[in-house]
Amino acid sequence: MRALLPLGLFILIGLAFAIGLTKDPRQISSELINQPFPAFSLTELYDETQIITEETVKGQVSLINVFGSWCVACNVEHPVLMDIAKGEQVHLIGMDWRDERSKAKRWLAKRGNPYKTIIFDDESVLAITLGVTGAPESFITDKSGQIRYKHVGVITPQIWRETLLPIIKALEEE
Amino acid sequence: MIAELGHYLLILALFTALAQGLFPAIAIATDKDVQSFSEAMKNARLRGVYKYGALIFIALQVGFRFIQKSMQRYVSNAQAVSFVERAAKLQFCLLALSFAALTATFIASDFSVKLAASHSHSMKPFLYKISGVWGNHEGSILLWTLMLSLYGALIPVFGKHLPPTLKARAIGIQGLLAFGFLAFILFTSNPFERLNPVPSDGLGLNPLLQDPGLAIHPPMLYMGYVGFSVAFSFSIAALIEGKVDAIWAQWLRPWVLAAWSFLTLGIMLGSLWAYYELGWGGWWMWDPVENVSFMPWLAGTALLHSIMVLGTRHKLANWTVLLGICAFSLSLIGTFVVRSGVLVSVHSFATDPARGVFILILLMISTGSALTLYALRAKTLKGPGGFEPVSREGGLILNNLLLATACATVFIGTFYPLFMDAMTGDKISVGKPYFDLTFAPIMSLLLIFMAAAPLLKWKKDSLQKLKTLALFALPLGGIITAAAAIFGKSVLGGIGLALAAYLAIGTLIAFARKTQNFKNLRSQPAGTYGFVLAHLGVAIFTAGAVIMSVWADDDIGRLKIGEKLQVSGYDYTLVDVAPGARENYQFLGAKVDVSKNGRAIKTLSTEQRFYPVRNMVTSEAGFHFTMGPTVFAAISEGNVQDGWIVRANYHPYVTWIWLGALLMSLAGFISLFDRRLRYTKETA
Amino acid sequence: MRWFFSIVLIIATSFTSFAQITDAEVEARAKEVGRSLRCVVCQNQSIDESDAPLASDMRKLVRKRLKEGDSNAEVIDYMQQRYGDYVLLKPPVQTNTYALWFLPFLLLLCAFGWFFKVARKAGAES
Repeated sequence: MRALLPLGLFILIGLAFAIGLTKDPRQISSELINQPFPAFSLTELYDETQIITEETVKGQVSLINVFGSWCVACNVEHPVLMDIAKGEQVHLIGMDWRDERSKAKRWLAKRGNPYKTIIFDDESVLAITLGVTGAPESFITDKSGQIRYKHVGVITPQIWRETLLPIIKALEEE
Repeated sequence: MIAELGHYLLILALFTALAQGLFPAIAIATDKDVQSFSEAMKNARLRGVYKYGALIFIALQVGFRFIQKSMQRYVSNAQAVSFVERAAKLQFCLLALSFAALTATFIASDFSVKLAASHSHSMKPFLYKISGVWGNHEGSILLWTLMLSLYGALIPVFGKHLPPTLKARAIGIQGLLAFGFLAFILFTSNPFERLNPVPSDGLGLNPLLQDPGLAIHPPMLYMGYVGFSVAFSFSIAALIEGKVDAIWAQWLRPWVLAAWSFLTLGIMLGSLWAYYELGWGGWWMWDPVENVSFMPWLAGTALLHSIMVLGTRHKLANWTVLLGICAFSLSLIGTFVVRSGVLVSVHSFATDPARGVFILILLMISTGSALTLYALRAKTLKGPGGFEPVSREGGLILNNLLLATACATVFIGTFYPLFMDAMTGDKISVGKPYFDLTFAPIMSLLLIFMAAAPLLKWKKDSLQKLKTLALFALPLGGIITAAAAIFGKSVLGGIGLALAAYLAIGTLIAFARKTQNFKNLRSQPAGTYGFVLAHLGVAIFTAGAVIMSVWADDDIGRLKIGEKLQVSGYDYTLVDVAPGARENYQFLGAKVDVSKNGRAIKTLSTEQRFYPVRNMVTSEAGFHFTMGPTVFAAISEGNVQDGWIVRANYHPYVTWIWLGALLMSLAGFISLFDRRLRYTKETA
Repeated sequence: MRWFFSIVLIIATSFTSFAQITDAEVEARAKEVGRSLRCVVCQNQSIDESDAPLASDMRKLVRKRLKEGDSNAEVIDYMQQRYGDYVLLKPPVQTNTYALWFLPFLLLLCAFGWFFKVARKAGAES
């Protein structure tokens, strides 16, 4: 019976590996789900004198999208955001992370600006408060300004249609 | 054309490996084989639960028996063995040629081959064109398989005195392993894939990998990883033949020694590379990728010592076979982890789940069937049980247990996040602080027994033998601990250093006893020198690691020219910053003067490099290595007005870490020359 | 009674925020804290070792909070609230990590137990 022990252990380990393969190690669940959007005070990308605070996300369902001109995957995501902005389906807020103003402006001028407002966070002040681990990342907040959903990685048309849009619709009806 | 030829050779190698693997199973059978199989089946039947499984098994066996019988009518055992040996050699030649073909496409910068296009560049230095072959997934797995077949082909070359059937079976298992990996290459990672349209130039090799240390690190590491396949094959062959004894242990020893020495060297080079190339100042990060190379090392070290017990005292047969299976299985797990991306960091891309699935299946089949065989046969291997706790074997067994526990601890720490994610979906991290609290104490215990065991006689001894050791080590240890506590403000560091000194003393006393107080130095077998150097290596390594973890210091700051950072009494002054360009990169070079108490020590050159082909920035730290304090500095972003960010490090005795590891590896190679390993025929 | 406590509290908090912390102390403590926090974008490095931009921003934040009077544990808590257990290189001892923390030592005990059991058997034989 004792001779079966290594085999049994190994099978358990193998099973765990198999399950592990189906999981995405990149996905970290946000600690901030169902918490109010953290307080912050940062400037607008285009207007250095305009101070933006957490009040911006209150009052309507918002999608806060973390991007940067240095971020390769954001190039892929950008057309999807442009479509979302065109459809006016959600209050879209940008968060320009770890960037230089001039580079970000050039990047947006080339591709179009889908955002209503852009928070400029060059020193990761808000990013760390939000638990951001990379770009692109997106947060959905409800009307009271609570974070309700976090998406890590590129928003593809499919993810938008099947995951994010239904959540936003449900939140609008709350 | 060359690429197609290489691909074709791979397919040929696949079929050769299959023949090499299946032939011994079909053509060579002893009656014992059948007997113990039906015996096992009878046991299974008795338990009832396995009724249907047993029925299928018996049906298969009858069919198999029939084929065997008809084969054996035409092929004698001797013919079968020589066929298998030739197949192993042929398989190696085919793979070597295929590998040469891949290398040729890299040297010729043939960018119609996808692999060369994405990992090479026409402007790259010649050395890195070659090392670029294994600086990527497809090429490195081909190298892995090439070495697997090399070991397979070496068994007949060095194993002239082995019993023919055992040898043929071991080669056969090597063949089956190679078959699995060749299938993996051909189905998921074909290195010879063409690219259309052909790009005008390649993407280049990741600049971090453009380093002579890293050019030879993977081949050394794989020689070690894959070397344990021989222990695996021998273990399975012995399980099939139902005989694991002292002579078998002596045959296996040189293979394990070679694999272990290569692995030690490979890990050491990897650590050294990470240290100076990545410039974080860390020589070991407890990163999953490092841990998976360390686990086979720990299992291999245990195996090396359990073989000694089996070879001299006919004990631990079961345990040794199990370790043989484990060491290689851990290598396979390492390959699985690195290639599948199950443990990679948050924002890594381009891992192919199909590859992960394939390797996992390979792992499940090879290790799973090996452990099943073990479960069926373990009982038949039972040797004389029991031992005296105070004896050489007692000490070795204790060390084996501790090494196994240490290995299990690394395993738990490495895979716990994965297991937890699989079970509950919670994410945690396990880093250095965890290993400091679990692995380090276990290893400290190991050091205590490690110094004592070689002083004891086999069979039975008394603790009196340890008197000299205690007489020397206790006062010295006390002095060291006190000195470290007073001058270095660290008791823990002192205890660590005292342990290292104690191990060195124990080793030297053992050496003195073996050589009658250093008189008979010439007549000592190579194995004695191997033992002394390896254990001294561990002592030196321990001293370096302890000093580094307690007394290393660093600082980071923004410096303008002429300004300085102070670290542990050393002044790091930024004296010059200038841009420039070289073969395949541009750089910003800085000169940092290091001095202590006004006495100049060294001017360090550090660079921040920009590789346009890859659009990648790397940082090259400037080092001043000595056997005592090593100092280094690294520059990163900045400008003339605000200054540049400079990182200054003071690393006392860090070089001892690699020196110790190098000694261990060297000791392993020296032991290979032991006369006793050659006289296997006579002892048999 | 209540006013007394509030005064104590005010004095206590003002003490922590006004107490002068030297730069050297902040530096040493920031290193200690940094070593126990994972750089969430890197392989398996702490933020103290990493060259990643996010790690450098996290280092800055750690220093800022320490200067403002946070204790080491409070800074680590702050990060944990945002990034979860994932950010801690030294996992907390809690229900789901008991196995992680105690298994190695349990195995060690088993190893010693087995050793002396089998060793005694030999003594009985001889």
